[in-house]
Amino acid sequence: MDDQYKMTVSAQETPVIGPGYTFGTVTEKISAIVLTRPASNGWFVGFGIAFLLTMMMLYAIGYLFLKGIGIWGVTIPIGWGFAIVNFVWWIGIGHAGTLISAILLLLRQSWRNSINRFAEAMTLFAVACAGIFPAIHVGRPWLAYWLFPYPSTMGVWPQFRSPLIWDVFAVSTYATISALFWFIGLIPDMATLRDRATHPAARIIYGMLSMGWRGSARHWHRYETAYLLLAGLATPLVLSVHTVVSFDFAIGIVPGWHTTIFPPYFVAGAIYSGFAMVLMLAIPIRKIYGLEDFITELHLQNAAKVMLATGLIVAYGYGIEAFMGWYSGDRYDAFTLWNRLHGPYAIPYWALLICNIFIPQVLWIRKLRTSPLALFLISGVILVGMWLERFIIVVVSLHRDFLTSSWGMYYPTRWDWMTYIGTIGMFLAAMFLFLRLLPAISIFEMRTLLPEAEVKE
Amino acid sequence: MKRERTYGIMAEFDSAQALIDAAKRTHEAGYDKIDAYSPFPIEGLAEEIGFHHDEVPLVVMIGGIIGGLTGYLMQYWMSAVDYPLNIGGKPYHSWPAFIVITFEMTILFAGVSAVFGMLALNGLPMPYHPVFNVPRFSSASKDRFFLIVFSSDRKYDPAGTRDFLQSLQPRSLSEVPS
Repeated sequence: MDDQYKMTVSAQETPVIGPGYTFGTVTEKISAIVLTRPASNGWFVGFGIAFLLTMMMLYAIGYLFLKGIGIWGVTIPIGWGFAIVNFVWWIGIGHAGTLISAILLLLRQSWRNSINRFAEAMTLFAVACAGIFPAIHVGRPWLAYWLFPYPSTMGVWPQFRSPLIWDVFAVSTYATISALFWFIGLIPDMATLRDRATHPAARIIYGMLSMGWRGSARHWHRYETAYLLLAGLATPLVLSVHTVVSFDFAIGIVPGWHTTIFPPYFVAGAIYSGFAMVLMLAIPIRKIYGLEDFITELHLQNAAKVMLATGLIVAYGYGIEAFMGWYSGDRYDAFTLWNRLHGPYAIPYWALLICNIFIPQVLWIRKLRTSPLALFLISGVILVGMWLERFIIVVVSLHRDFLTSSWGMYYPTRWDWMTYIGTIGMFLAAMFLFLRLLPAISIFEMRTLLPEAEVKE
Repeated sequence: MKRERTYGIMAEFDSAQALIDAAKRTHEAGYDKIDAYSPFPIEGLAEEIGFHHDEVPLVVMIGGIIGGLTGYLMQYWMSAVDYPLNIGGKPYHSWPAFIVITFEMTILFAGVSAVFGMLALNGLPMPYHPVFNVPRFSSASKDRFFLIVFSSDRKYDPAGTRDFLQSLQPRSLSEVPS
């Protein structure tokens, strides 16, 4: 058994970490990105563009506050337009970070150690982008805090039988736990930066953030317990978050929403798009910062395999939706299917099938799984596909429901697009800052992967 | 109480294996008040220095139970006691609908307890600590491993402890000023 395991491990051609590294060189290589390496022109250009897009988003939101929801394309019957599409898209992207940091930790997948840090950062920034949308979509955004149960002079409370209020709790818990998980993971690395930094300001800031971490064995023991428990808590949490997001739809009676396949298929779709985003970030980062020894071909391949598997679950979800449209005998469900295939939004639907089901099948080819360029492009296709999926679910289900007299069409306005593209800018701007200010790869967890870290009792 | 002039004696080692062996021998030699520092978690090291009671799981469990109760009772009180509202003929105390928020609150309180409980039990944040006075200690967050015998230990005596630690063949020995 043990020998067999060793053989399987040694049979892997690509290691988790390149050969010849020591505790010292791993530390220097990762911390140098933050401490000594000067910011390149490319960084300034990239950050500048992302920052401008963020400003555009703030402009669009400012104008929204001034004018109201009427500047968007939402009209009855399509009351949920881009805001909800983008909310679900962003929160789904965040899920891969938690999957990598929590679920793969519990499954003892040591390859996660080199991608968990920036995947968690990605989660945090994606959730921040997601959180904007429901808040600005409520109509009177300055009253968004009414969503929370606080003692008010009105004497009323939120309606706890509604999945929308479940979502408030699920997403705010998710944001809090993701931030804590990320921060607790950073503490030992902050101590490393504190001890390496030469600039006094950097020493003080990293010193404060490290909370005086000194690596005591007692501290490590409690730290690891807390980290493991947090992973154990985050695992059901992440599954619950997208389940609750899918309840927002599934508990309604709108044809195209009212289906029990939604929770598992939403969760799989979330991880699918999240891994696509991880690859779209990891591939340029490893290239630009020369981290090919830490984020190896093995990581790219494994991420590709996860995408392939979750993509098939998503395809199964589409299949069941179509099957139930026919099998249920419900004329409205059957019409929803027909409307997707042949209605006014047929082009996005077919594009969704191509992006999410057909193109990603090329990942069966090993050569493409190990090609960074191919993976980068396929990941982009999947992200577009997953966005289209949410567009189909939200808009196409709403635009033609039970009464033909209340049918309508949805056309996003420039404000919809500016807000959406603006959040992508905000996400990228936060990633750019993160890369320069914090260690993008967990240094202490990389040390544990080195052969010299092994001890015998 | 008289203030100790030294905080302890610190030995530096090159590898995780050397540290774990040294910690074992020091503990076996009868030293109780010792600590070991490493740049990454080493399995079994805490046990070697005599640390057996990790209270973090208990804190997390208590946090989780409080969170779950808070979540459920909050919804029950708001929906069935303080402001009962008939929604589609559903019972005021419609418990299946309350499960999701109860679950989320359990996770939230347990997770917050895990992080802040761990920090509190570790006595962090603590910006100053005597071990930071040793210049070589800055490598403890990189590639060096340290063992300290505190001067508050019953068996501690400046010369004897120093000789004992020297016998473990450390890379360097330093006195930690208090």
